[in-house]
Amino acid sequence: MDSVILKTAIRFLLPLLLLASVFLFLRGHNEPGGGFVGGLVASGAIALYAMTCSAAAARQMVRVSPRVLIGSGLLLALGSGLAPLFFGRPFLTGLWTTVTTASLGELHPGTPLLFDLGVYCVVTGVTLVFIFSLLEE
Amino acid sequence: MSAQVAVILPIALPLATMAVLVLAWKSIPAQKIIGVGGSTLLLISAAALWWQVDRNDILVLQVGNWPAPFGITLVADRLSAIMVLLAGLMVFAVSVYSLVTIDDRRVEFGFHPLVQLLLMGVCGAFLTGDLFNLYVWFEVMLIASFVLLTLGGERGQLEGAIKYVTLNLISSAVFLAAIGVIYAATGTLNMADLALKLRSFPDEGIVSVLAMLFLIAFGTKAAVFPLFFWLPASYHTPPVAVSAIFAGLLTKVGVYSLIRTFTLMFVTDLDFTHNLLLLIAGLTMVTGVLGAMAQSEIRRILSFHIVSQIGYMLMGLALFTPLALAGSVFYIIHHIVVKTNLFLIGGVVERHCGTGRLAETGGLSGSAPVLATLFFLSAMSLAGIPPLSGFFAKLTLIQGGLEAERYAIVAAALGVSLLTMFSMTKIWAEVFWKPAPEEALPEACGEPHSMTDRFSLYGPILLLATFTVGIGLMAGPVMKASLATARQLLDQDAYIQAVLPNSRLPESEAGAADSNADVGPLAGQRPAAQESPQSPRGGTVE
Repeated sequence: MDSVILKTAIRFLLPLLLLASVFLFLRGHNEPGGGFVGGLVASGAIALYAMTCSAAAARQMVRVSPRVLIGSGLLLALGSGLAPLFFGRPFLTGLWTTVTTASLGELHPGTPLLFDLGVYCVVTGVTLVFIFSLLEE
Repeated sequence: MSAQVAVILPIALPLATMAVLVLAWKSIPAQKIIGVGGSTLLLISAAALWWQVDRNDILVLQVGNWPAPFGITLVADRLSAIMVLLAGLMVFAVSVYSLVTIDDRRVEFGFHPLVQLLLMGVCGAFLTGDLFNLYVWFEVMLIASFVLLTLGGERGQLEGAIKYVTLNLISSAVFLAAIGVIYAATGTLNMADLALKLRSFPDEGIVSVLAMLFLIAFGTKAAVFPLFFWLPASYHTPPVAVSAIFAGLLTKVGVYSLIRTFTLMFVTDLDFTHNLLLLIAGLTMVTGVLGAMAQSEIRRILSFHIVSQIGYMLMGLALFTPLALAGSVFYIIHHIVVKTNLFLIGGVVERHCGTGRLAETGGLSGSAPVLATLFFLSAMSLAGIPPLSGFFAKLTLIQGGLEAERYAIVAAALGVSLLTMFSMTKIWAEVFWKPAPEEALPEACGEPHSMTDRFSLYGPILLLATFTVGIGLMAGPVMKASLATARQLLDQDAYIQAVLPNSRLPESEAGAADSNADVGPLAGQRPAAQESPQSPRGGTVE
């Protein structure tokens, strides 16, 4: 698509949308949001970039192949489910730890965050496979 | 290996294998090696699961440590463990077989990851103790099977896939509707909890409606009369390795679900539900075998025989005695091995002669005597000739039928056996005995294979044929395992107690079971099921 407006706007839109996707992903920890929507927004941002410039340029920007995203996301999610087994807990039990930081106060990261990160990667990867194959037709 | 790990591995391993396969997408040799390696690991983990279940009775895993009935429960009892073990064996055989028979283009498009995904769905369906989770596993399995069926995009494949996809989607919709109704009626989806609540459910009409909805949903997946039309329309179209794994496993997931729901949940109105099941079983047997007689292509004949044999598996469930149910379990064990093997052999025949149409094949008893022997063994086992596995499976079922005094179904089972024999001898006479037809393509018939090719083609067939003979020769131990499985299935209280250790069983016969003994997530330990009143007549099954 050859549009000057979009080409100019994408420079600002892309980082904003990617930031929004990270925000949604982290927000999902306790509130509505999460890996699935986060991943969709991220792939939406990349899709916009691919439509303005080209699929090849978008591929270059993402650097890793979408399939690598899918595979590693699946492994990450599975790993977060299997991790509790090493502590004698059932599959998929959440393991939590408390981290205190100066700026953010007390945080409670746990294995569900890893699981969500896996979902984020898989959703981004799958959507990008769709979009790239459609654009490259 | 702890029991918790044993229950989750048959689901986690295929997922991990699939993820690694996706990462190694570009390399065809890597796909093949990882695919076979993952299947081998699955087989090992399935064997470990069986070993654990054999020692501990029922294993229960509360996923995420959420107590039942609120979280998802995975339950491995004897039936689940047997099914997972068979699934592991079949996927191992088929992955080795696929090394040569699946072309590189299909491997490039993800054949191996899809097989692993399919297996994850199948094992998940066997292990779950939650109805909605069962639906999810069905969908995982179906989506993988849709793609496997159409992978390659040949005309015939797409034609078969349309019927397959449509009917399976309809059955999924019915399944989902049934889940909605049952949740509205009882407020739970945990199978053990449902079993408990349906026992004292005030409105019998609703229970009957639910039973029928599940019968339609699972019946379509299991390909019973009159819902089986998708099966013979689609199973002969994809590559043989795909057909074989579909034939061995997919309909059996439907049968498994029927057995699970109609031994655990819908047991309050046996006169209605199980008599209907008996009628369906009889009609399925007869229509399947009659359909097979009209066919003239190996894989089409075999597809109709799948339908016919689903009838036998339902027969044991419908009779609902320990012996008959043991017959069903034995029949499933026998059938999965033999049917997969017959498809694999059919594939080798197609490779030899370039076609599976009976009229255009011939002469293979001379040019491929080993193949002929292996086919003969499997075919005779399917028909039920002693001392092969099929004989003991049918014997047990018929004994169960006579014991329950249901002579009509016994007559149907015997008659269908005879017609199965006829179909098998038809293939035998056409493919192996008759001289090769004049116009047969010489370059296709008897094309020489390299040593590794031969191993990959004949190894799995030989393995499965060994199992067929082995089940026949060791019928005693297999029968013992089947009987233990049947007794466990009929002892619903044990299942409920294992999943919900704090539940109070109304008018419980197992009142002695201490309800606060084991509150942990693994409360599977219970004394072995009591001796059944109808103990098997040992002399005939040994």
